[in-house]
Amino acid sequence: MSTVILNRRNLLAAGGSVLAAGVSGLLLPAHAEGLAPTPSMPGGSNNYREGAAIVDRIGKGGFWMSGTVRRAGDGGPLAGQRIQIWAHTIEGQEHEPQSHGATLTDKNGAFRLEMPQIIPIFGQPHGHLAYDSGEFKTVFLRPVMRSAKETSLEAHFVLQPV
Amino acid sequence: MRLAQVAVIWAALATAVCVPIAAAAASPLLAWRGPVYIVAGFAGIIALGLMLVQPLLIAGYLPGLSAYRGRRAHHWVGGALAVAVVVHVGALWITSPPDMIDALFFSSPTPFSPWGVIAMWAIFAVALLAAVRRRLGLRPRTWRIGHMLLAIVIVVGSVVHAILVEGTMETVSKAALCVLVLAAAIKVMAGLRVLKKRGSLRVESIARR
Repeated sequence: MSTVILNRRNLLAAGGSVLAAGVSGLLLPAHAEGLAPTPSMPGGSNNYREGAAIVDRIGKGGFWMSGTVRRAGDGGPLAGQRIQIWAHTIEGQEHEPQSHGATLTDKNGAFRLEMPQIIPIFGQPHGHLAYDSGEFKTVFLRPVMRSAKETSLEAHFVLQPV
Repeated sequence: MRLAQVAVIWAALATAVCVPIAAAAASPLLAWRGPVYIVAGFAGIIALGLMLVQPLLIAGYLPGLSAYRGRRAHHWVGGALAVAVVVHVGALWITSPPDMIDALFFSSPTPFSPWGVIAMWAIFAVALLAAVRRRLGLRPRTWRIGHMLLAIVIVVGSVVHAILVEGTMETVSKAALCVLVLAAAIKVMAGLRVLKKRGSLRVESIARR
Protein backbone atom coordinates (compact mmCIF):
# COMPACT_ATOMS: atom_id res chain seq x y z
CA MET A 1 0.00 0.00 0.00
CA SER A 2 1.35 3.36 -0.88
CA THR A 3 1.00 6.23 1.48
CA VAL A 4 0.54 9.76 0.24
CA ILE A 5 2.92 12.00 2.09
CA LEU A 6 1.55 15.49 2.52
CA ASN A 7 4.37 17.86 3.21
CA ARG A 8 5.05 21.35 1.99
CA ARG A 9 7.38 20.29 -0.83
CA ASN A 10 4.88 17.77 -2.21
CA LEU A 11 2.03 20.22 -1.94
CA LEU A 12 3.99 22.94 -3.71
CA ALA A 13 5.04 20.56 -6.49
CA ALA A 14 1.51 19.24 -6.94
CA GLY A 15 0.01 22.71 -6.78
CA GLY A 16 2.55 23.98 -9.27
CA SER A 17 1.84 21.23 -11.78
CA VAL A 18 -1.93 21.74 -11.44
CA LEU A 19 -1.43 25.46 -11.97
CA ALA A 20 0.82 24.87 -15.00
CA ALA A 21 -1.65 22.45 -16.54
CA GLY A 22 -4.57 24.77 -15.87
CA VAL A 23 -2.86 27.88 -17.26
CA SER A 24 -1.55 26.16 -20.37
CA GLY A 25 -5.00 24.65 -20.85
CA LEU A 26 -6.42 28.16 -20.89
CA LEU A 27 -3.75 29.54 -23.19
CA LEU A 28 -3.34 26.71 -25.69
CA PRO A 29 -6.66 27.00 -27.58
CA ALA A 30 -5.87 30.62 -28.37
CA HIS A 31 -2.51 29.56 -29.83
CA ALA A 32 -4.17 26.83 -31.84
CA GLU A 33 -6.50 29.38 -33.43
CA GLY A 34 -3.73 31.89 -34.09
CA LEU A 35 -3.84 35.58 -33.33
CA ALA A 36 -6.41 36.46 -30.64
CA PRO A 37 -8.72 39.43 -31.15
CA THR A 38 -7.94 42.66 -29.25
CA PRO A 39 -10.40 43.23 -26.39
CA SER A 40 -11.80 46.72 -25.79
CA MET A 41 -9.96 48.57 -23.02
CA PRO A 42 -11.76 49.92 -19.91
CA GLY A 43 -12.83 53.50 -20.51
CA GLY A 44 -11.98 53.17 -24.20
CA SER A 45 -15.37 54.36 -25.41
CA ASN A 46 -15.57 57.40 -23.12
CA ASN A 47 -16.60 60.57 -24.96
CA TYR A 48 -16.98 58.68 -28.25
CA ARG A 49 -18.93 60.47 -30.97
CA GLU A 50 -20.20 58.23 -33.75
CA GLY A 51 -19.48 59.05 -37.35
CA ALA A 52 -16.60 61.53 -37.18
CA ALA A 53 -15.52 62.60 -40.67
CA ILE A 54 -12.53 61.07 -42.43
CA VAL A 55 -9.91 63.82 -42.39
CA ASP A 56 -6.34 64.38 -43.64
CA ARG A 57 -5.44 65.81 -40.24
CA ILE A 58 -7.25 66.69 -36.99
CA GLY A 59 -6.88 70.42 -36.32
CA LYS A 60 -3.42 71.85 -36.80
CA GLY A 61 -1.58 68.56 -36.20
CA GLY A 62 1.87 68.12 -34.65
CA PHE A 63 1.24 64.73 -33.03
CA TRP A 64 1.05 61.35 -34.76
CA MET A 65 -1.35 58.55 -33.93
CA SER A 66 -0.52 55.36 -35.78
CA GLY A 67 -1.16 51.64 -35.69
CA THR A 68 -2.27 48.55 -37.56
CA VAL A 69 -5.48 46.65 -38.15
CA ARG A 70 -5.26 42.88 -38.61
CA ARG A 71 -7.63 39.95 -38.81
CA ALA A 72 -7.92 37.58 -35.84
CA GLY A 73 -6.62 34.10 -36.52
CA ASP A 74 -4.25 34.43 -39.48
CA GLY A 75 -3.20 38.01 -38.65
CA GLY A 76 -3.70 39.17 -42.22
CA PRO A 77 -3.73 42.97 -42.77
CA LEU A 78 -7.14 44.59 -43.16
CA ALA A 79 -7.12 47.37 -45.76
CA GLY A 80 -9.65 50.22 -45.99
CA GLN A 81 -10.82 49.95 -42.38
CA ARG A 82 -12.14 53.11 -40.77
CA ILE A 83 -10.45 53.96 -37.45
CA GLN A 84 -11.78 56.86 -35.41
CA ILE A 85 -9.43 58.82 -33.15
CA TRP A 86 -10.09 61.37 -30.41
CA ALA A 87 -8.30 62.81 -27.37
CA HIS A 88 -7.95 65.84 -25.12
CA THR A 89 -5.45 67.98 -27.04
CA ILE A 90 -4.12 71.49 -27.01
CA GLU A 91 -6.95 72.35 -29.42
CA GLY A 92 -9.90 70.93 -27.54
CA GLN A 93 -11.39 68.66 -24.91
CA GLU A 94 -12.23 65.01 -25.50
CA HIS A 95 -15.97 65.45 -26.05
CA GLU A 96 -15.68 68.40 -28.46
CA PRO A 97 -16.28 67.68 -32.16
CA GLN A 98 -13.01 69.30 -33.29
CA SER A 99 -11.09 66.73 -31.23
CA HIS A 100 -12.47 63.86 -33.33
CA GLY A 101 -11.44 62.52 -36.73
CA ALA A 102 -11.20 59.29 -38.69
CA THR A 103 -8.81 57.69 -41.15
CA LEU A 104 -8.62 54.54 -43.30
CA THR A 105 -6.01 51.77 -43.21
CA ASP A 106 -3.75 51.31 -46.25
CA LYS A 107 -3.16 48.03 -48.13
CA ASN A 108 -0.81 46.86 -45.36
CA GLY A 109 -3.48 47.46 -42.70
CA ALA A 110 -1.58 50.44 -41.31
CA PHE A 111 -3.04 53.81 -40.38
CA ARG A 112 -1.47 57.10 -39.40
CA LEU A 113 -3.28 60.35 -38.60
CA GLU A 114 -1.81 63.68 -37.59
CA MET A 115 -3.60 65.42 -34.74
CA PRO A 116 -2.90 68.14 -32.13
CA GLN A 117 -0.59 67.34 -29.19
CA ILE A 118 -2.31 65.14 -26.60
CA ILE A 119 -2.12 66.45 -23.03
CA PRO A 120 -2.94 64.73 -19.72
CA ILE A 121 -6.64 64.54 -18.95
CA PHE A 122 -8.18 62.82 -15.94
CA GLY A 123 -4.70 62.12 -14.65
CA GLN A 124 -3.16 60.36 -17.67
CA PRO A 125 -2.01 61.48 -21.13
CA HIS A 126 -3.99 59.13 -23.33
CA GLY A 127 -5.77 58.80 -26.64
CA HIS A 128 -8.91 57.00 -27.78
CA LEU A 129 -9.38 54.88 -30.91
CA ALA A 130 -12.41 53.03 -32.18
CA TYR A 131 -13.18 50.47 -34.82
CA ASP A 132 -16.96 50.64 -35.12
CA SER A 133 -17.96 49.91 -38.73
CA GLY A 134 -20.00 46.73 -38.32
CA GLU A 135 -18.10 44.21 -40.45
CA PHE A 136 -16.02 43.16 -37.45
CA LYS A 137 -16.80 43.34 -33.73
CA THR A 138 -16.48 46.87 -32.31
CA VAL A 139 -13.24 47.59 -30.41
CA PHE A 140 -12.40 50.68 -28.33
CA LEU A 141 -8.77 51.29 -27.35
CA ARG A 142 -7.33 53.74 -24.83
CA PRO A 143 -3.50 53.77 -25.11
CA VAL A 144 -1.54 55.77 -22.53
CA MET A 145 1.59 57.78 -23.38
CA ARG A 146 4.70 56.89 -21.37
CA SER A 147 5.34 60.61 -20.96
CA ALA A 148 3.21 63.67 -21.67
CA LYS A 149 6.16 65.00 -23.70
CA GLU A 150 5.90 62.30 -26.37
CA THR A 151 4.63 63.41 -29.77
CA SER A 152 3.32 60.08 -31.05
CA LEU A 153 1.26 57.15 -29.86
CA GLU A 154 0.49 53.70 -31.28
CA ALA A 155 -2.48 51.38 -31.02
CA HIS A 156 -3.02 48.03 -32.74
CA PHE A 157 -6.27 46.29 -33.57
CA VAL A 158 -6.87 42.59 -34.17
CA LEU A 159 -10.48 42.29 -35.26
CA GLN A 160 -12.81 39.31 -35.39
CA PRO A 161 -15.76 39.02 -37.77
CA VAL A 162 -19.20 39.63 -36.26
CA MET B 1 5.95 80.17 23.44
CA ARG B 2 7.50 83.28 22.08
CA LEU B 3 5.76 85.27 19.39
CA ALA B 4 8.57 84.58 16.92
CA GLN B 5 8.14 80.83 17.36
CA VAL B 6 4.39 81.12 16.89
CA ALA B 7 4.89 83.11 13.71
CA VAL B 8 7.42 80.60 12.34
CA ILE B 9 5.10 77.64 12.91
CA TRP B 10 2.12 79.31 11.25
CA ALA B 11 4.28 80.58 8.37
CA ALA B 12 5.67 77.08 7.81
CA LEU B 13 2.16 75.64 7.68
CA ALA B 14 0.99 78.36 5.29
CA THR B 15 4.01 77.67 3.07
CA ALA B 16 3.44 73.92 3.06
CA VAL B 17 -0.15 74.40 1.91
CA CYS B 18 0.19 77.44 -0.35
CA VAL B 19 3.35 76.59 -2.31
CA PRO B 20 1.79 73.49 -3.98
CA ILE B 21 -1.32 75.54 -4.80
CA ALA B 22 0.78 78.34 -6.30
CA ALA B 23 2.88 75.83 -8.26
CA ALA B 24 -0.27 74.23 -9.66
CA ALA B 25 -1.59 77.68 -10.58
CA ALA B 26 1.51 78.04 -12.80
CA SER B 27 0.87 74.71 -14.58
CA PRO B 28 0.91 74.96 -18.39
CA LEU B 29 -1.93 72.42 -18.49
CA LEU B 30 -4.36 75.07 -17.22
CA ALA B 31 -4.26 76.79 -20.62
CA TRP B 32 -6.09 73.81 -22.16
CA ARG B 33 -8.65 73.24 -19.45
CA GLY B 34 -12.10 74.70 -19.00
CA PRO B 35 -13.01 76.60 -15.79
CA VAL B 36 -14.99 73.71 -14.30
CA TYR B 37 -12.09 71.29 -14.79
CA ILE B 38 -9.69 73.82 -13.25
CA VAL B 39 -11.96 74.20 -10.20
CA ALA B 40 -12.09 70.39 -9.89
CA GLY B 41 -8.30 70.15 -9.79
CA PHE B 42 -7.82 72.91 -7.24
CA ALA B 43 -10.57 71.52 -4.99
CA GLY B 44 -8.52 68.32 -4.84
CA ILE B 45 -5.29 70.19 -4.06
CA ILE B 46 -7.01 72.26 -1.34
CA ALA B 47 -8.44 69.05 0.15
CA LEU B 48 -4.91 67.63 0.36
CA GLY B 49 -3.75 70.82 2.07
CA LEU B 50 -6.60 70.64 4.61
CA MET B 51 -5.53 67.07 5.32
CA LEU B 52 -2.24 68.44 6.64
CA VAL B 53 -4.02 70.95 8.90
CA GLN B 54 -6.44 68.44 10.45
CA PRO B 55 -4.13 66.33 12.64
CA LEU B 56 -2.16 69.43 13.71
CA LEU B 57 -5.37 71.11 14.87
CA ILE B 58 -6.70 68.20 16.91
CA ALA B 59 -3.33 67.44 18.49
CA GLY B 60 -2.91 71.05 19.58
CA TYR B 61 0.34 71.52 17.65
CA LEU B 62 -0.71 74.91 16.32
CA PRO B 63 0.20 77.66 18.79
CA GLY B 64 -2.27 80.37 19.72
CA LEU B 65 -5.28 78.05 19.62
CA SER B 66 -6.74 76.74 22.87
CA ALA B 67 -7.63 73.06 22.99
CA TYR B 68 -11.29 74.03 22.64
CA ARG B 69 -10.72 76.28 19.64
CA GLY B 70 -8.43 73.72 18.02
CA ARG B 71 -11.19 71.15 18.29
CA ARG B 72 -13.80 73.54 16.90
CA ALA B 73 -11.47 74.39 14.01
CA HIS B 74 -10.89 70.65 13.40
CA HIS B 75 -14.67 70.22 13.00
CA TRP B 76 -14.99 73.15 10.61
CA VAL B 77 -11.96 72.17 8.56
CA GLY B 78 -13.32 68.61 8.41
CA GLY B 79 -16.57 69.98 6.98
CA ALA B 80 -14.61 72.05 4.48
CA LEU B 81 -12.65 68.93 3.50
CA ALA B 82 -15.87 67.05 2.75
CA VAL B 83 -17.15 70.02 0.71
CA ALA B 84 -13.87 70.21 -1.22
CA VAL B 85 -14.17 66.53 -2.11
CA VAL B 86 -17.77 67.03 -3.28
CA VAL B 87 -16.63 69.94 -5.48
CA HIS B 88 -13.67 67.86 -6.79
CA VAL B 89 -15.87 64.91 -7.77
CA GLY B 90 -18.82 67.01 -8.94
CA ALA B 91 -16.72 69.24 -11.19
CA LEU B 92 -14.89 66.22 -12.64
CA TRP B 93 -18.28 64.64 -13.32
CA ILE B 94 -19.35 67.75 -15.25
CA THR B 95 -16.03 67.75 -17.15
CA SER B 96 -16.30 64.13 -18.30
CA PRO B 97 -19.28 62.14 -16.98
CA PRO B 98 -18.19 58.73 -18.35
CA ASP B 99 -14.71 58.97 -16.79
CA MET B 100 -16.17 59.93 -13.39
CA ILE B 101 -18.77 57.16 -13.52
CA ASP B 102 -16.00 54.63 -14.32
CA ALA B 103 -14.03 55.88 -11.33
CA LEU B 104 -16.97 55.72 -8.90
CA PHE B 105 -17.82 52.17 -10.01
CA PHE B 106 -14.18 51.03 -9.74
CA SER B 107 -14.03 50.24 -13.47
CA SER B 108 -11.65 53.03 -14.43
CA PRO B 109 -8.45 52.20 -16.33
CA THR B 110 -6.52 54.73 -14.23
CA PRO B 111 -4.73 53.15 -11.24
CA PHE B 112 -5.20 56.23 -9.01
CA SER B 113 -9.00 56.34 -9.21
CA PRO B 114 -9.90 53.62 -6.67
CA TRP B 115 -7.55 55.16 -4.08
CA GLY B 116 -9.33 58.50 -4.41
CA VAL B 117 -12.80 56.98 -4.35
CA ILE B 118 -12.05 54.92 -1.23
CA ALA B 119 -10.61 57.99 0.51
CA MET B 120 -13.73 59.93 -0.51
CA TRP B 121 -16.08 57.40 1.12
CA ALA B 122 -13.91 57.36 4.24
CA ILE B 123 -14.12 61.18 4.44
CA PHE B 124 -17.90 61.06 4.08
CA ALA B 125 -18.07 58.33 6.72
CA VAL B 126 -16.08 60.39 9.24
CA ALA B 127 -18.20 63.47 8.54
CA LEU B 128 -21.42 61.51 8.97
CA LEU B 129 -20.23 59.74 12.13
CA ALA B 130 -19.02 63.03 13.61
CA ALA B 131 -22.46 64.53 13.00
CA VAL B 132 -24.49 61.69 14.53
CA ARG B 133 -22.18 60.07 17.05
CA ARG B 134 -23.85 61.69 20.07
CA ARG B 135 -27.29 60.70 18.84
CA LEU B 136 -26.04 57.17 18.28
CA GLY B 137 -24.57 57.17 21.78
CA LEU B 138 -21.15 56.17 20.47
CA ARG B 139 -18.62 55.81 23.27
CA PRO B 140 -15.72 58.27 22.93
CA ARG B 141 -13.22 55.43 22.73
CA THR B 142 -15.19 53.65 20.00
CA TRP B 143 -15.51 56.89 18.07
CA ARG B 144 -11.82 57.67 18.40
CA ILE B 145 -10.73 54.25 17.18
CA GLY B 146 -13.22 54.40 14.29
CA HIS B 147 -12.14 57.91 13.36
CA MET B 148 -8.49 56.93 13.51
CA LEU B 149 -8.92 53.87 11.28
CA LEU B 150 -10.88 55.94 8.76
CA ALA B 151 -8.24 58.67 8.99
CA ILE B 152 -5.58 56.11 8.03
CA VAL B 153 -7.66 55.12 4.99
CA ILE B 154 -8.17 58.79 4.09
CA VAL B 155 -4.52 59.76 4.37
CA VAL B 156 -3.08 56.72 2.60
CA GLY B 157 -5.78 56.74 -0.10
CA SER B 158 -5.42 60.46 -0.78
CA VAL B 159 -1.61 60.43 -0.86
CA VAL B 160 -1.41 57.47 -3.26
CA HIS B 161 -4.17 59.06 -5.38
CA ALA B 162 -2.31 62.37 -5.56
CA ILE B 163 1.10 60.84 -6.30
CA LEU B 164 -0.23 58.68 -9.17
CA VAL B 165 -2.25 61.44 -10.84
CA GLU B 166 -0.54 63.30 -13.65
CA GLY B 167 -2.25 66.66 -13.37
CA THR B 168 -1.63 70.32 -12.66
CA MET B 169 0.33 69.76 -9.43
CA GLU B 170 4.08 70.27 -9.77
CA THR B 171 5.92 67.03 -8.92
CA VAL B 172 8.28 68.19 -6.13
CA SER B 173 5.78 70.37 -4.26
CA LYS B 174 3.20 67.59 -4.55
CA ALA B 175 5.58 64.99 -3.13
CA ALA B 176 6.59 67.37 -0.31
CA LEU B 177 2.98 68.03 0.67
CA CYS B 178 2.22 64.30 0.58
CA VAL B 179 5.19 63.51 2.85
CA LEU B 180 4.05 66.21 5.30
CA VAL B 181 0.47 64.90 5.30
CA LEU B 182 1.74 61.38 6.06
CA ALA B 183 4.22 62.58 8.68
CA ALA B 184 1.64 64.72 10.50
CA ALA B 185 -0.87 61.87 10.58
CA ILE B 186 1.70 59.35 11.84
CA LYS B 187 3.07 61.73 14.46
CA VAL B 188 -0.35 62.63 15.86
CA MET B 189 -1.65 59.06 15.84
CA ALA B 190 1.49 57.75 17.52
CA GLY B 191 1.05 60.42 20.20
CA LEU B 192 -2.56 59.55 20.91
CA ARG B 193 -1.82 55.96 21.99
CA VAL B 194 -5.54 55.26 21.76
CA LEU B 195 -4.90 51.81 20.35
CA LYS B 196 -2.11 50.94 22.77
CA LYS B 197 -3.55 51.31 26.23
CA ARG B 198 -7.02 51.52 27.52
CA GLY B 199 -7.40 54.44 29.87
CA SER B 200 -4.17 56.11 28.94
CA LEU B 201 -4.19 59.56 30.46
CA ARG B 202 -4.12 61.59 27.28
CA VAL B 203 -6.96 59.78 25.57
CA GLU B 204 -9.18 60.01 28.61
CA SER B 205 -8.45 63.68 29.05
CA ILE B 206 -9.31 64.45 25.43
CA ALA B 207 -12.43 62.31 25.56
CA ARG B 208 -13.66 64.12 28.65
CA ARG B 209 -13.30 67.56 27.09
